[in-house]
Amino acid sequence: MSGGHSTYTPKTGLGRWVDARMPLPRLVYDSFVSYPVPRNLNYAYTFGGILAIMLASQILTGVVLAMHYTAETTLAFASVEKIMRDVNSGWLLRYLHSNGASFFFIAVYIHIFRGLYYGSYKAPRELLWILGCIIYLLMMATGFMGYVLPWGQMSFWGATVITGFFTAIPLVGDWIQQLLLGGFAVDNPTLNRFFSLHYLLPFMIAGVVILHVWALHVTGQTNPTGIEVKSKTDTLPFTPYATLKDAFGMLVFLLVFAYFLFYIPNYLGHPDNYIIADPLKTPAHIVPEWYYLPFYAILRAITFNIGPIDSKLGGVLAMFGAIAVLFFVPWLDTSKVRSAAYRPLYKLFFWLFAANALFLGWLGSRPAEGAYVVMSQISTLYYFGFFLVIMPVLGYIETPRRLPNSITEAVLKKNKMGGAAHLAHAPASPEIKG
Amino acid sequence: MSATDTTEPTRRDFLYVATGMAGVVGAGAVAWPFIDQMRPDASTLALATIEVDVSALQPGMSLTAKWRGRPVFIRNRTPEEIEAAKAVSLDELKDPVARNANIAGDAPATDLDRSAGEGKENWIVMVGVCTHLGCVPLGQQGDFGGWFCPCHGSHYDTAGRVRKGPAPENLAIPTFQFVSDTTIRIG
Repeated sequence: MSGGHSTYTPKTGLGRWVDARMPLPRLVYDSFVSYPVPRNLNYAYTFGGILAIMLASQILTGVVLAMHYTAETTLAFASVEKIMRDVNSGWLLRYLHSNGASFFFIAVYIHIFRGLYYGSYKAPRELLWILGCIIYLLMMATGFMGYVLPWGQMSFWGATVITGFFTAIPLVGDWIQQLLLGGFAVDNPTLNRFFSLHYLLPFMIAGVVILHVWALHVTGQTNPTGIEVKSKTDTLPFTPYATLKDAFGMLVFLLVFAYFLFYIPNYLGHPDNYIIADPLKTPAHIVPEWYYLPFYAILRAITFNIGPIDSKLGGVLAMFGAIAVLFFVPWLDTSKVRSAAYRPLYKLFFWLFAANALFLGWLGSRPAEGAYVVMSQISTLYYFGFFLVIMPVLGYIETPRRLPNSITEAVLKKNKMGGAAHLAHAPASPEIKG
Repeated sequence: MSATDTTEPTRRDFLYVATGMAGVVGAGAVAWPFIDQMRPDASTLALATIEVDVSALQPGMSLTAKWRGRPVFIRNRTPEEIEAAKAVSLDELKDPVARNANIAGDAPATDLDRSAGEGKENWIVMVGVCTHLGCVPLGQQGDFGGWFCPCHGSHYDTAGRVRKGPAPENLAIPTFQFVSDTTIRIG
């Protein structure tokens, strides 16, 4: 539920003066205080707020790190070590930034899977979903370029392999790769431009986040039942209800983040990246950062030619296709029912998909040989099968469970059945203390 | 041309088209330097030629030179390695083209066309970059006794021809020549 007229009334003379000229306080009040949210949001819905915090944290630590970092191949590695050893609190800022990237991705994956589970992408929220996909793409580009900056072995060879994807493009592939690298191999020009872009892209992400939130506030949030808000009793004001729930979710999330940060700060990294980049020696086993591993497994699963497409181009197309398919999810899912809570078959296939995605990630960390290749191929097949076959077909053959008439009905019924006696007597509008 | 379909284009129509065209050409002209600056610069291109002394290489020894920021493998092959490569028929090869910048582009990938040529068949000079995604293959490893790429498991034989794995092409042979019996100029 969105739109509606604003309920903001400035209380002070200054407030009224500003409101008549540039009503920014009104926008904030309407968007984050009085904004109505469905009353049945669960903790899966707190990750949007968590992501906003992570983006802010990454930008803040990144700007500070850039004050101590040198983007030059002979100095980059040493400047990062200097941050770790000499710069006051430098170790903390760098670990915040590198682990922050990982936790940013943990949050975004939970956020995406929540969207897939509750059907958040369905009409009228297709653009909201697509904007999210664009943010995810920008995050991947930013994360990749950031990983190159410390100029360790994994930085260098990760950059070599990933820019090598572009050589798979027929005719112009080599030209494009040289354009990206600024040379014939990853070298100083590459490091310089990656640093520049790594600084730029987070602000572009912030821009798309504004569009994402804007689109969200036009259509309103979905909720675990997938039923649209129908009356005022279906909603609660954003503040204090959603604000506090988001804040609590954030604190728990940050607690886990702090554990990694202070006790196992290198657990999610790779030891080879503490060896300075050597253009003449490839590490025995190149792996990307964990958050790219499922896609890396898909890349390596294509070991055979498909008609005129050779295995190299095929692998690259499959990998990019695995991300591109997300953009079409609103139209691939033909079911009229949003939430998996009322879709028994979809629920089953969804959890299989989630397990398969984790399995792909594990396969991506294994060497590309023997049984791992076959398992990657089966896993890749299910990945695409879920989107391209299961999603469209289920809409026609699945019998969904009966939907409640409204969010309020669903909430009250659940409370009665759940045996929460004190809640069963709760009034329809819990903001009125009964 | 004009929406109201009057007799002739007016001066306003002319101004619209002229302004639009100038805008398109101008935008293109502004965009080009921003793309052009990304290409390899003069200092990068200046490193395009190197000379390597190979006098110390006995049969069975290799060295790796750095050319254009990438490794170049120079190997003095043993007679056994040459024989092994010669014994392979062309239709067993995944990529039957020589990929040798010194001879015709469609030359077959025979051992002779992969080597430094008649009389210097023991020498092989190749860009040490896997044609899959650019890792550096490890020498004298893999199923065919040539090179093996640890990243994604491509196997090359003793003539640097891809025999197994995801790599689409044989290892590239750069432009090079023996300027003396013991010196190779690459590039």
